[in-house]
Amino acid sequence: MRIQLKIWRQENRATPGQLANYDLTDVNPDMSFLEMLDTLNERLVRQRERPVEFDHDCREGICGQCGVMINGRAHGPLPNTTTCQLHMRSFKDGDIIYVEPFRATAFPVKCDLKVDRSAFDRIIQAGGFTSASTGGAPEANSMLIGHDVAEAAFDAAACIGCGACVATCKNSSAALFTAAKITHLALLPQGKIESRQRVRRMVRQMDTEGFGHCSNTEACQVECPQQISVLHIARMNWEYNRALF
Amino acid sequence: MLNARTPEGPLEEKWRHYRSTAKLVSSANRGKLHVIVVGTGLAGSSLAASLGEMGYRVTCFCFQDTARRAHSVAAQGGVNACKNYKNDGDTIFRMFYDTIKGGDFRSREANVYRLAECSANLIDQAVAQGVPFAREYSGYLSNRSFGGVQVSRTFYARGQTGQQLLLGAYQALMRQVAAGTVMLFPRHEMLDLVVIDGKARGVIVRDMDSGAIERHGGHAVVLATGGFGKIYYLSTLAMGCNGSAIWRAHRRGAFFANPSWTQIHPTCLPQSGDYQSKLTLMSESLRNDGRIWVPKKQADDRAPNDIPELDRDYYLERRYPAFGNLSPRDISSRAAKERIDAGFGIGPLKNAVYLDFSRAIREQGKPKIEEKYGNLFRMYQKITGVDAYREPMRISPAAHFSMGGLWVDYELMTTIPGLYALGEANFADHGANRLGANSLLQACVDGYFIAPSTLPNYLANEIKSGPVAVEHPAFVEGETTVRRQLEHLMGIQGNLPADYFHKMLGLILYDKCGLSRSQAGLKEAIVEIDSLRTQFYADLLIPGGANLNSELEKAGRVADYLELGELMCYDALTRNESCGAHFREEYQTPDGEALRNDQDFAFTSAWEWAGAGREPILHKEPLVFECVTPAVRSYK
Repeated sequence: MRIQLKIWRQENRATPGQLANYDLTDVNPDMSFLEMLDTLNERLVRQRERPVEFDHDCREGICGQCGVMINGRAHGPLPNTTTCQLHMRSFKDGDIIYVEPFRATAFPVKCDLKVDRSAFDRIIQAGGFTSASTGGAPEANSMLIGHDVAEAAFDAAACIGCGACVATCKNSSAALFTAAKITHLALLPQGKIESRQRVRRMVRQMDTEGFGHCSNTEACQVECPQQISVLHIARMNWEYNRALF
Repeated sequence: MLNARTPEGPLEEKWRHYRSTAKLVSSANRGKLHVIVVGTGLAGSSLAASLGEMGYRVTCFCFQDTARRAHSVAAQGGVNACKNYKNDGDTIFRMFYDTIKGGDFRSREANVYRLAECSANLIDQAVAQGVPFAREYSGYLSNRSFGGVQVSRTFYARGQTGQQLLLGAYQALMRQVAAGTVMLFPRHEMLDLVVIDGKARGVIVRDMDSGAIERHGGHAVVLATGGFGKIYYLSTLAMGCNGSAIWRAHRRGAFFANPSWTQIHPTCLPQSGDYQSKLTLMSESLRNDGRIWVPKKQADDRAPNDIPELDRDYYLERRYPAFGNLSPRDISSRAAKERIDAGFGIGPLKNAVYLDFSRAIREQGKPKIEEKYGNLFRMYQKITGVDAYREPMRISPAAHFSMGGLWVDYELMTTIPGLYALGEANFADHGANRLGANSLLQACVDGYFIAPSTLPNYLANEIKSGPVAVEHPAFVEGETTVRRQLEHLMGIQGNLPADYFHKMLGLILYDKCGLSRSQAGLKEAIVEIDSLRTQFYADLLIPGGANLNSELEKAGRVADYLELGELMCYDALTRNESCGAHFREEYQTPDGEALRNDQDFAFTSAWEWAGAGREPILHKEPLVFECVTPAVRSYK
């Protein structure tokens, strides 16, 4: 396959970036999208040019480190798929592909396609935990949790923190990410006790980081690799209102 | 002789006795003591959080952009714990015995017993953190069986057990970061260990975003940096997994134990082209219903569904009738390699075997198979474009888990006082082969329960030492060494990228120090690696500068792999027996099974760095079996 790439190149946070053109003539449809970028980078290195910096690690869809905008869509054309799980057979011979970083005020570009998502860590630091110190835990089966409750908590806990929800949102809102953690812990008896304090702190931190508000377009749910439901955002709002009184 | 400093007394009393007699640090003094933790996977995060809760000062590093992405996330199947919730006769001793036997009687009894002993507590801890383990409709925790043991002791959270356990540990860590007890530095890579007067006193790290080289001092240093299976290039590991932290500690004096014991996992997706960057693991649970076969005829080019039953060789069922498709990982992988090497491999590169669900679908119906493995079938289709409900999956073995690692004693301390190694970075509990669902367990137990009890025994003597000054000449020397190495690598300006050398090393290791090894092959490999290393230092090319530069990061790791790979070959060469993942072709039974030699090789190999260009020095820790009798592992 022949693929023409237009990739965002930016030296560092302070310098402006621009799209650069690359032409790949020998792309195998079985390559993953990231392996296609590897191939480009190998060529660039051999030409003594600086390769394209992009984030990636596990390459099996679970670590949440990879993530770029591909033709304007977070993680590319397939719904609910991380960038590393996208393969070139999803494109056609001769396609032009635009590759850009996840863009949001709270995710500044570090270099090329790498962005700083540490704001997510700070949202979790604000309250995304149960205050269970090591050593004091009671016998696990002393706390019964219904199958459906555990499954619902899991659905929310499955978030991999990739940031596609923010990148795809026209308001750059982190509502889906924040809500997923709030729901996960609020549903479980061991997390319920701190839920009021948690929701207030995490929402405050989300606002402080410069993420926008949720205006219910539900775009985030379409791109989320873990198919986290926007209903969690409704629950976050409910928990928040409840916590105010 | 190496002394593991295992406490006296009967096996079941050792840990309790140790904890009752080890030195403590009073809460008033803990704030004066500073611990450095490298790595934020299950072992690193859980330890850093636990120490922070206790009141110690902790500095923690990871190379990922956030602590939550460490490769513990990728473990799918589950975590073993001896709760006996199923009333199926599970006991600590049984779990201990299964682990010792699974490791082919090449691990230390006291450590393995402690692992089983602490396992139950881990489930309590994880549940308290909100880890959403699978539950029965009654609300009780659910279990499944795993890896050929006779009891159900595996706890799981769908196919994301590692992810959920790590989120529990990460959230505990975030809580301590917010409380100010832990200073966390993501995107920092440890490039050297600082040893002062024989004690580990700090690390030299590189900020991978700015390129800055930093010195960090502490009263103890803990390496929880995971395994180094990525040395084979194609592996189930994440792209960034590396052996650099433990290797550089090894060069500073820490002994390296059993480096050649790498678990090759049998159910991974085969390589499809030379652009390939990793071999994705498909959960072992597929072998519960899938049947593994190759054609009976060599180079049979018919489509799998066109090959009639009579022309198929279900080689695991044929060779191991008692365990069949559920034979342990080392045995299944080796049997696949045997068929592939003999010319029966399938797929475009003839490098795979079939994993066939047609009988299971016929007998149980497609909906049942979908319920059990739907997510895995979807993942398979995403990656390969093939519908495994219609035709068999193609799988092949791939490098997975490092049983070897830094040598540690009972307290998880390396041969450098004050330097500890936890989780996959140490060698301690899995012997020559790891059982499924024991890796998450070991990482958690090391980090939550063992190291928080053993570190104070060392730190108690450090209360009066005062803050560690990073102006000490040893820090200056460490920083200079790191800077020189980076400049050296950048300055070569040859013609080939770091990945080229990594891939070449991977080919040598898969071929000669992988699933099977021979004396002649290993000797050749040592020569080949040596010449590859010479070529690396003559022809490496790193474009870009000393700031954010992935090529520079990769080059440093490959430089270490080129030394570690050679040590692996020496290790495999000196062990004239076959055990677990280590299969020496000269030592097998007439029907091709591993032939262990307890008379001469019941020891752990611990290697000492002798300097660049010198042969490493072998030390031995004898393995004494007081409670079990080593037996032949038979799965026939």
